[in-house]
Amino acid sequence: MKLTLKIWRQANANAKGSMQTYPIDGIEGDMSFLEMLDVLNEELVNKGEEPVVFDHDCREGICGACSLQINGEPHGPDRLVTTCQLHMRMFKDGDEIVIEPFRAKAFPVIKDLMVDRSSFERIQQAGAYVSVNTSGNTIDANATPIEKENADAAFEAATCIGCGACVAACKNASAMLFTSAKVSQYALLPQGQVEASTRVLNMVEQMDKEGFGNCTNTGACEVECPKGISLENIARMNREYMAAISKG
Amino acid sequence: MSILDAKIPEGPLADKWTKYKNEINLVNPANKRNIDVIVVGTGLAGGSAAASLAELGYNVKTFCYQDSPRRAHSIAAQGGINASKNYQGDGDSDYRLFYDTVKGGDYRSREANVYRLAEVSGNIIDQCVAQGVPFAREYGGLLDNRSFGGVLVSRTFYAKGQTGQQLLLGAYSAMNRQINRGKIKSYNRHEMLDIVKIDGKARGIIARNLVTGEIERHSAHAVVLATGGYGNVFFLSTNAMGSNVTAAWKAHKRGAFFANPCYTQIHPTCIPVSGDHQSKLTLMSESLRNDGRIWVPKNIEDSIAIREGKKKPTDLSEDERDYYLERRYPAFGNLVPRDVASRAAKERCDAGFGVNKTGEAVYLDFASAIDRYGKEQANIQKLENPSAQKIYDLGRDVIENKYGNLFQMYEKIVDENPYKTPMMIYPAVHYTMGGIWVDYNLQTTVEGLYAAGEANFSDHGANRLGASALMQGLADGYFVLPYTIGDYLSKDIRTGKIPTDTPEFDQVEKDVTDRIHKLMNASGKHSVDYFHKKLGKIMWNKCGMSRNAKDLESAITEIAALREEFWADVKIPGSADSMNPELEKAGRVADFLELGELFAKDALNRSESAGGHYREESVELDGPQKGEALRDDVNFSYVAAWEYKGEPKDAVLHKEHLEFNDIELKTRSYK
Repeated sequence: MKLTLKIWRQANANAKGSMQTYPIDGIEGDMSFLEMLDVLNEELVNKGEEPVVFDHDCREGICGACSLQINGEPHGPDRLVTTCQLHMRMFKDGDEIVIEPFRAKAFPVIKDLMVDRSSFERIQQAGAYVSVNTSGNTIDANATPIEKENADAAFEAATCIGCGACVAACKNASAMLFTSAKVSQYALLPQGQVEASTRVLNMVEQMDKEGFGNCTNTGACEVECPKGISLENIARMNREYMAAISKG
Repeated sequence: MSILDAKIPEGPLADKWTKYKNEINLVNPANKRNIDVIVVGTGLAGGSAAASLAELGYNVKTFCYQDSPRRAHSIAAQGGINASKNYQGDGDSDYRLFYDTVKGGDYRSREANVYRLAEVSGNIIDQCVAQGVPFAREYGGLLDNRSFGGVLVSRTFYAKGQTGQQLLLGAYSAMNRQINRGKIKSYNRHEMLDIVKIDGKARGIIARNLVTGEIERHSAHAVVLATGGYGNVFFLSTNAMGSNVTAAWKAHKRGAFFANPCYTQIHPTCIPVSGDHQSKLTLMSESLRNDGRIWVPKNIEDSIAIREGKKKPTDLSEDERDYYLERRYPAFGNLVPRDVASRAAKERCDAGFGVNKTGEAVYLDFASAIDRYGKEQANIQKLENPSAQKIYDLGRDVIENKYGNLFQMYEKIVDENPYKTPMMIYPAVHYTMGGIWVDYNLQTTVEGLYAAGEANFSDHGANRLGASALMQGLADGYFVLPYTIGDYLSKDIRTGKIPTDTPEFDQVEKDVTDRIHKLMNASGKHSVDYFHKKLGKIMWNKCGMSRNAKDLESAITEIAALREEFWADVKIPGSADSMNPELEKAGRVADFLELGELFAKDALNRSESAGGHYREESVELDGPQKGEALRDDVNFSYVAAWEYKGEPKDAVLHKEHLEFNDIELKTRSYK
């Protein structure tokens, strides 16, 4: 395949960025999207130019490092995959592909396509844990049976990889899907009950502080989420939040 | 050569850890506040160690090259975590888990460490459940288990195919709690580039801020390396793109012995290589071997026809298939340990029975499991005379529930539906059992420098069993290091803060910046990847699944030559004082180019076959084990710990003799 890539280049957080055009040839359908970018970068390095910087690590869709807004969609046109699992067979010869970083005030650009998602870290630090020491003296794992349905739902919520696609997809740059996935995981488990109120209040407060927008139920986040995290989590977080507030 | 002392406590095996814990020195809470610990790497071992040490009251600094601790490559572990809970009542116990691990490791691991691992394994599950890790459960609400290779019990706890993710997020949540309390300061997008020693003790590190390019000094009273394995020396592996040996190798160059570098796990069930552009390989969890049957065609003509696209696997009847693992190893069948399964796949493919274009793939087939589960479900649902389609649909649902994410991943990568046609798999580099030598305390040969998780060598011998890496990482971090480091730090309560404006820090920082300048000024012709791929080829062809003296000797020479070429001819655009991923890669590949040589030297030295290390010169010539790997306990029942002396090939060998008092050394048979 021969393709034309239009890529956002920006030297650092303070520099002014711009779209640059790069023609590329010899791309095969079996390549992943990032392997296609590897080919481009190899060419750039060989010419003595700086390669395009992007976040990536595990390249098997689980670490959540890779991002990219591809033709306007976070993680590109395929569904339920991250950019590293997007394959070039989704494109055809002659296509033009526009590649931008995830855009949100709370995700400032570091360089080229790499953004700073430390706002997500701070939301987690605000309360996404159970306050139990790693002493080895906790009760036996089977002492508290958990309904399979709840355990499975908690697991589904916990599969969030923290990539930020939900924010990038949202017209309000809201982090509600991300935050609610973690709130839900704990809300569905008995271990999470003790601190449920303070958890949801603190995490939501931090989310607002970071400059993420509010949720207006457009559902774009759920559509673009590579792990299929459900909107139901947002509803659950709203319920948890209301319950916490009314508790005072 | 010297003989290494592993500082194993006296007394009966089962009492050692308890006795040890009762006798160590403790640090009182007020003093802990004045003691700093650095943890490099935030995977299962590093994350759990950092959280536990901070809970105890130490001031912890964590370092990871990723933008978040949660992205460490432990996240990608799929299948599960072992624990000797015996919830299934199928005869499991600490001793049996210990026995299976030592046997699975081909009797090349340290008894006392492995027993301790088994002993704390149950607590790990308790701890994780208390943290809110959503393990798979049965309808009664209790935890579910499955089986992994090399064992005859069901002791593996899991969370679908994302167990590593869930456990790491558990450790990360414990870290976040301590970050919120101010007890952990996490330095993300930072890479450790060297260790600083003062009076022979590890007292700090030099790190590079990957965003700004700044070189930073950080001091501490003890340093923990939990930086994972070095599988990326092969270029293609299931490791993350950034996984590297740099921290471990720098520690080695500063005096930490490197143990058994040649022990590499080549995992049998990975998606085969599709072309030259490939950047990494993807694992398909071993848990699939619970239900998948591995086969190649019985007749070579069928293999040829399949490779040419003239036949499909589903065209072949049962008796035209060779379920070679079930044939060769009736007792364990498809659940033989990884090294055995990998070699068996290579043997069939080398003999011409491979089933993809390159001839390097075998089938992993779920048809009979779908049928079996479908009939079981039809029975449960009291369906009378269900149609074949109905049985298939019911069975497919069961399989999807168990392995859905893995099947989806396979389909995305290969573009084939594994519910309809068997998966194609081939072995790939996955894990390294070798690593930094540590004693019973997990302390390296440098005082105050500890190594945990995959970065150390201690528990898996020459072959790791499935679902044991997660167990070891969390055991080291949650339950072992908090005690052993405390004992060491009890001598440091009056030391006070370690200053960083000392000649020792000056010198190491200068070494680091000199090296970066040397790399940036190389101004050669080739990219870093060019050299990395070349190194990977040498490693795979000459130090891979099967090794011989001639190839290993030539690998040593070739790697040394490639290293010279690299330093003369590498090209790194950009600058050192800003974000520069090519420079990061260059530093890592430069270290792989040294480690690779030591790897080959270690493999050459070990002229026996043991676990994942298979020497063509050392095989059973007759008897029931004919053709299987042949261990040499008389000459090689030791850990090879290498001391750095300049060029990797000049490394000096030290031995830790392995004593087996509680387990009988036997030929490892899975027949």
